[in-house]
Amino acid sequence: MKKTYKIEVDCANCANKMEDAARGTSGVKEVTVNFMTQKMIVDFAEGADAAAVMKNVLSACKKVEEDCEIYL
Amino acid sequence: MTKKQKKMLVRILVAAALMLILRFVPLPLSGIPMFLLWLIPYLIIGHDILRKAWKGILNRQVFDENFLMAVATLGALAIGLLKTGDYDEAVAVMLFYQIGELFQSYAVGKSRRNISELMDIRPDYANIEQDGELVRVDPDEVEIGTLITVKPGEKIPIDGIVEDGESSLNTSALTGESVPRDVRPGDEVISGCINMSGLLLIRTTKAFGESTVSKVLDLVENASSRKSRSENFIARFARYYTPVVVFSAAALALLPPLVRLVLGQAPDWGAWIYRALTFLVISCPCALVISIPLSFFAGIGGAGKAGILIKGSNYLEALANTGTVVFDKTGTLTMGVFDVVDIHHSELDRETMLEYAALAESASSHPIAVSIRKAWGKPIDMARVSKVEEIGGNGVVVEIDGKQVAAGNSRLMRHLGIEPIECHSAGTIVHMAIGSKYAGHIVISDVIKPDAVEAIAALKRTGVRSTVMLTGDGPSAAAQVAEVLGIDRVHSDLLPGDKVDKVEELLSGKKSGETLAFVGDGINDAPVLSRADLGIAMGAMGSDAAIEAADVVLMDDDPLKVSKAIRIARKCMRIVRENIVFALGVKLACLVLGALGIANMWLAVFADVGVMILAVLNAIRALFVQKL
Repeated sequence: MKKTYKIEVDCANCANKMEDAARGTSGVKEVTVNFMTQKMIVDFAEGADAAAVMKNVLSACKKVEEDCEIYL
Repeated sequence: MTKKQKKMLVRILVAAALMLILRFVPLPLSGIPMFLLWLIPYLIIGHDILRKAWKGILNRQVFDENFLMAVATLGALAIGLLKTGDYDEAVAVMLFYQIGELFQSYAVGKSRRNISELMDIRPDYANIEQDGELVRVDPDEVEIGTLITVKPGEKIPIDGIVEDGESSLNTSALTGESVPRDVRPGDEVISGCINMSGLLLIRTTKAFGESTVSKVLDLVENASSRKSRSENFIARFARYYTPVVVFSAAALALLPPLVRLVLGQAPDWGAWIYRALTFLVISCPCALVISIPLSFFAGIGGAGKAGILIKGSNYLEALANTGTVVFDKTGTLTMGVFDVVDIHHSELDRETMLEYAALAESASSHPIAVSIRKAWGKPIDMARVSKVEEIGGNGVVVEIDGKQVAAGNSRLMRHLGIEPIECHSAGTIVHMAIGSKYAGHIVISDVIKPDAVEAIAALKRTGVRSTVMLTGDGPSAAAQVAEVLGIDRVHSDLLPGDKVDKVEELLSGKKSGETLAFVGDGINDAPVLSRADLGIAMGAMGSDAAIEAADVVLMDDDPLKVSKAIRIARKCMRIVRENIVFALGVKLACLVLGALGIANMWLAVFADVGVMILAVLNAIRALFVQKL
């Protein structure tokens, strides 16, 4: 299952860091952060609860880049 | 500017003013009080960096640019306090770093908005009539089969058919084509076009989400999410680069003084630590990390404006490396509109021959069949036709008025045990047999597109090594067309299924590192489009299958766009390479100068910010593709 989220992040390197952080979150199969369109496209693992996973993704991203925002 | 950016601007101005005062107004202070005074502008400009660096350490994300800046400036402050009494460098480094960050977020935000606006063809509303009044509704809520009104100057929100009204449409947002298209009742219209002159009443045939404009937008928005090799390279590079620089800096601060101690010289700790700090300032990889995706984004945006949709940065990269272009003849190099040119070796008169042919082909939607029915030009009485048997790719065998009639290529004739008379005219030959007797053949010719010759020549000029044409036509007809067009190689007599095999064969024979692009008209060639390195679908307005299967979609069917797409991709890749070489080159030069003690922190921070600004400006150049 793929979902797209609107995000806010200031610098391209921070976007890369967010991508890494999100990829390391359990329940996330694959993720792409598009800095240019300010979007995060998350492909969830089989049977994962998107809302719960995204909460973890958000806190993982906040850890690496405190200024970022994901609109859930 | 956003609120965040404005706040940063104020901080920069205040800190800069304070710094100038402290630098040039002679104050009767020194030592600790002076240090505390300098701390004011330093903290105004750098407090968030320090906080982020601290949080980074707590979260074990040590090696980011905040950490680098914090260490470098704190180190400079410490040197000032202990030795020199100069603090301006530390404040200046922080100041310029923040100016750079501000510029970056402003420039990138602005170009992002510009590019998105360029491609913003999303209609905001649809007009429908309710109780005799025209009301604006969300296009998402309009059901299929609803009548919508489009006034002059408005965008057509949903695909449909004109019920009433005549007008001309500006399709440039979708096709890059500036000549308007005239429409009248009965014509199909595509969402995203702008109605220029008259009021149109349109019966919708699709839901908004399925309409052309939604599909195209979806495609464009997701395009830069597929990352190219260069982008992945930069992301990986940034991951290793920063730690390497930090460790080099540590080595630079510790090793030379220790060596000097061992050699019995003065260790000169201050100078070496200063050099190490300079090293840290240079090390931020941001110029690189920002300019590469921005270049791709601008390139894809520019191509989109020219009516060329590229589905991802990786395809842009592949496009730039195109060495072989394979055309599926019909619909790409030729119009796909056939005309009956002649009838040979027939004992029957022209009318009867065409009548039989039209009846035999009455059930087929193949362009050849359509052209035969058009040439016959009279209504077809389907009741006379029975026992229709299609023999895939070869033709049909039917019964007309109880007589067996076969229409198809020479293979079909031989299959039926009838020896056809070969034809030497260019075009597609439909052999006919009535009963078991050969009845002659119809010559049908496809019209070569006016720009096809120029398109092939343009491909050669762009450096495409080989052009190949695939066709179902016979060898002589195919060779003739190829010669007119200047195509290098032709494979003729192909059934639709053979095209995949042919492309596989070509794929295995090409040079590695080169791209094989397949250009098709999007009808019947989806498997080939996805099998080739790069599938280019032509004239895709409305054809969903082609948009899905292709990697590059040309919104109109002008074959010249193929070479234009390649040139756009080349320009974009050139800019990407320029930025990589330029940014890395300047950084390396500064690192060397810093290690040797020639470059000071001022130079380092100027180099950092300057490179980034130039790289961003260079990246934006990829957007301008009009003259290519």
